[in-house]
Amino acid sequence: MTPAVASTGVEAPPTRGGAATSGRIGDSPIRPDGTPKVQGRFAFASDLEADGMLWGRALRSPHPYARIRSVDVGPALAIAGVSCVLTADDVPGAPTYGLMSPDQPVFARGVVRYTGEPVAAVAADHPDTARRALAAVVVDYEPLDPLVDPARAAEAPPIHADGNVIRHIRIEHGDPAAAGDVVVEGTYEVGMQDQAFLGPESGLAVPDGEGGVDLWVATQWLHEDRDQVAACLGLPHEQVRLHLGGVGGAFGGREDLSMQVHACLLALRTGRPVKMSYLRDESFVGHVHRHPARMRYRHHANAAGDLVKVEAEVLLDGGAYGSSSSAVVSNAARFACGPYRVPNALIDATVVRTNNPPCGAMRGFGAVQVCFGHESQMDKLATRLGMDPVELRLRNALATGDVLPTGQRVTGAAPVAECIRAAVAHPLPPMPGDGWLDHPGGAGRTAERARVRRGVGVAAGLKNVMYSEGFEDDSEARVRLSEGVASVTCAVAEVGQGFVTIASQIARTVLGCDAVVEPAGTVGIDSAGSSSASRQTWMSGGAVLKAARAVADQVRSAVAERLGLAPESLTLTDDGRIVAAAVGGAAGALDMTVADAAGDRDFEATAVHRHRRTYPLDERGQGDADVSFVFAAHRAVVDVDTDLGLVRVVQVTTGQDVGRMLHPTQVIGQIEGGIAQGVGLAVMEEIVVEDGLVRNPGFTDYLIPTVADTPEVLATCIEEPEPEAPFGAKGAGEPPTISSTAAVAAAIRAATGVDVTRVPVRPWDLI
Amino acid sequence: MGGDVTGTTPPATPVRDTDADAVYRLTVNGTAHTVEGTRPTDSLLHVLRDRLGLPGAKNACEQGECGSCSVLVDGVLVCACLELAEAAVGCEITTVEGLTPAGAEPGDAALTGAVLTDVQQAMIEAGGVQCGFCTPGFVVAIHDLLDRVPDPGPLEVREALAGNLCRCTGYGRILAAIEQVVTVRGNGR
Repeated sequence: MTPAVASTGVEAPPTRGGAATSGRIGDSPIRPDGTPKVQGRFAFASDLEADGMLWGRALRSPHPYARIRSVDVGPALAIAGVSCVLTADDVPGAPTYGLMSPDQPVFARGVVRYTGEPVAAVAADHPDTARRALAAVVVDYEPLDPLVDPARAAEAPPIHADGNVIRHIRIEHGDPAAAGDVVVEGTYEVGMQDQAFLGPESGLAVPDGEGGVDLWVATQWLHEDRDQVAACLGLPHEQVRLHLGGVGGAFGGREDLSMQVHACLLALRTGRPVKMSYLRDESFVGHVHRHPARMRYRHHANAAGDLVKVEAEVLLDGGAYGSSSSAVVSNAARFACGPYRVPNALIDATVVRTNNPPCGAMRGFGAVQVCFGHESQMDKLATRLGMDPVELRLRNALATGDVLPTGQRVTGAAPVAECIRAAVAHPLPPMPGDGWLDHPGGAGRTAERARVRRGVGVAAGLKNVMYSEGFEDDSEARVRLSEGVASVTCAVAEVGQGFVTIASQIARTVLGCDAVVEPAGTVGIDSAGSSSASRQTWMSGGAVLKAARAVADQVRSAVAERLGLAPESLTLTDDGRIVAAAVGGAAGALDMTVADAAGDRDFEATAVHRHRRTYPLDERGQGDADVSFVFAAHRAVVDVDTDLGLVRVVQVTTGQDVGRMLHPTQVIGQIEGGIAQGVGLAVMEEIVVEDGLVRNPGFTDYLIPTVADTPEVLATCIEEPEPEAPFGAKGAGEPPTISSTAAVAAAIRAATGVDVTRVPVRPWDLI
Repeated sequence: MGGDVTGTTPPATPVRDTDADAVYRLTVNGTAHTVEGTRPTDSLLHVLRDRLGLPGAKNACEQGECGSCSVLVDGVLVCACLELAEAAVGCEITTVEGLTPAGAEPGDAALTGAVLTDVQQAMIEAGGVQCGFCTPGFVVAIHDLLDRVPDPGPLEVREALAGNLCRCTGYGRILAAIEQVVTVRGNGR
């Protein structure tokens, strides 16, 4: 059964033998899904519907920590229009799930560990009926004293059988006793940020009548979801088929399951299609957030400004369940020193369990938090040394061949100094004019012009590309060449990043013809891995490239056979042609696109791309844990109203290491979008949690930057091809978010003289 | 979180589930639709999306904060999530699905799905679309702005679109798209 609103994809039919002279690697062709998106015809997961469909909703805990004495679903079932109410007793398979370890209940049994934890789910004929049914479920809670302070977690009684310390990592590098001439210390805090993707968690589960289920869903990783959902349903993989529903942004927030198991359970129980789509307040407790962090740093340098040692203690609040916390804390530890040569390091990083909302993946994944710490320290050190902060960073900038605190040598591109120089080379913006929107406060017209101070700050950061610490990562893609058009099948979750554009560019470039990307799903193709860790361009781009090249090889062999030649006598060019100087002594030279050469025959190849192996960290935190690294630097310019503490971020400039731009417009889009999220974390975005309760679960109180808040962005992309990456391209999604926050904080310090030690910076921190 | 998280919240005041009398007509994109069996509390957004098969207005926040459900009611830009459907009876409602290039008639079947407005075209070309969830709302709001103010200044654009949230683009390519439309329209005058 297919939902009434068709799945996502390209609607304009490709043209046979389309010359495809544009839209290749390095061009900026329009997105294949652009037309339906601007027309409102693109089918997002929350747009799907099916005949006889019911609406599902989840009942969530109002307490951060409580014993459940009883659950009575009878009154809810008695409401006309309610088809089904499910609790923990109705989960046929595994009662718990999780990205890295299955510690999170499908429905709470006996205890709830965070405010918003699902306790039951209903299916009804109308969203309002479902809402009323939830209110009629009687849950008898015995509230317990919640553990909300992460600093207490290690010693507090365990709130989960797996204990309160999710992971502790210690990195010892070089000489632990080393000391510098100059020592600066600081403690820093980062608040809880939300991904705030606009498309709510949504999906449509359709039972197949034979005990299995199809689920159209907005996710970042179809196959991982499929595995977790199937386990909870107690079904074999082939009976649980996931299809990508249109995804309205992700940024890490769709790595974990949300409504997937609930919708499938309701659909299988009722025998009817069930749609679930969160409202915004539910979304705020329905997905994991960026970990709040507390950090203590001590930097040692010699009098000339060379870093001698970095000591860091990092504490992340993981909230009630594990999610990807153990990987986030490892990132925080590995990148705690920043993109600098640090010969000696002592890093202690811990992520703990509390009764706060669960935290996990968000763009930047652990590197964002520590970047605010190490960059605040670099500024402090520059001040102490009387050095220019840019000069200090350039002096210590990491380069290819240098060794990281994990002992891993950076073998790929590492243009840190180039990024920093590019960020500060952009022209500074003019001072604010007389316009009434030019000052902090905007239309509020609150700022006294004479009390507005300008400041400039710089920061740099780094992060891994792809998963780390020995994770077995691969992506599969299939390319089919038929009737002069290439079609690409790959299970990548297109979440907005533009993989569908990149994939079609790659196929066009290799085969010299128009290309389409088929809808993504778990049927008939293996995993493409997650749309996270800036990895899809490299991993799935690599798989598409391999498969397309295999098709081109097949075509070449077929042409050679037809002409009675050895395949090697025909050359495949970088722009999708087959050429030969003189064909078998016969008349004329051969020069045609691969697609034209294929003629009426169909060709198909499937390929798997793997990156080189990585290794776990040893007990001293040493090991070649990473495949590759990306770097960026940012310079921020702010105006601060020193009376009211309002900040206007005027301009952010950046130099970013991209390897190679496959689609320049999309790279710029990632940079501008990522900087906006970094600016948001610097000055406005924070989930306020009090006693385990999210106090601002909506866009009324959780503010994300509007177009009026977003600064001018000027970007320079540093193109130093990455040796092992397909086309030399590194992922571009995360670096813009990593050091932009720290740059804004530095600019605020420069404007006000206030020692900003916490982001987001609130007005009352400045006055 | 309303009644969802608190098993203890009393049910809302009993309301009529459906009302056989509540048959009304909504004029959307030039076409009259009969709407029946809805609830008096149903928002215009719900009726458009879930009753009339017009999912172009999006459900990002349903709190009037994000602008993703922007539509025009009698030519006025509103959030469809904040309007009661029944209150829009007798009004001309325009959704993103009803936008047509200058000179074309609304609902012109030959144009549906085939021809883009200048704003839609510029949004694609300039890279103003990523995930696309905010896009229909932006398209409607940009048309509204440029119809009222053909050549807005940069701050005017920012102020006018501050009610439309985008989480992907950082707005840079959306602003570039607007600039492109303003330039092309200006040259045509």
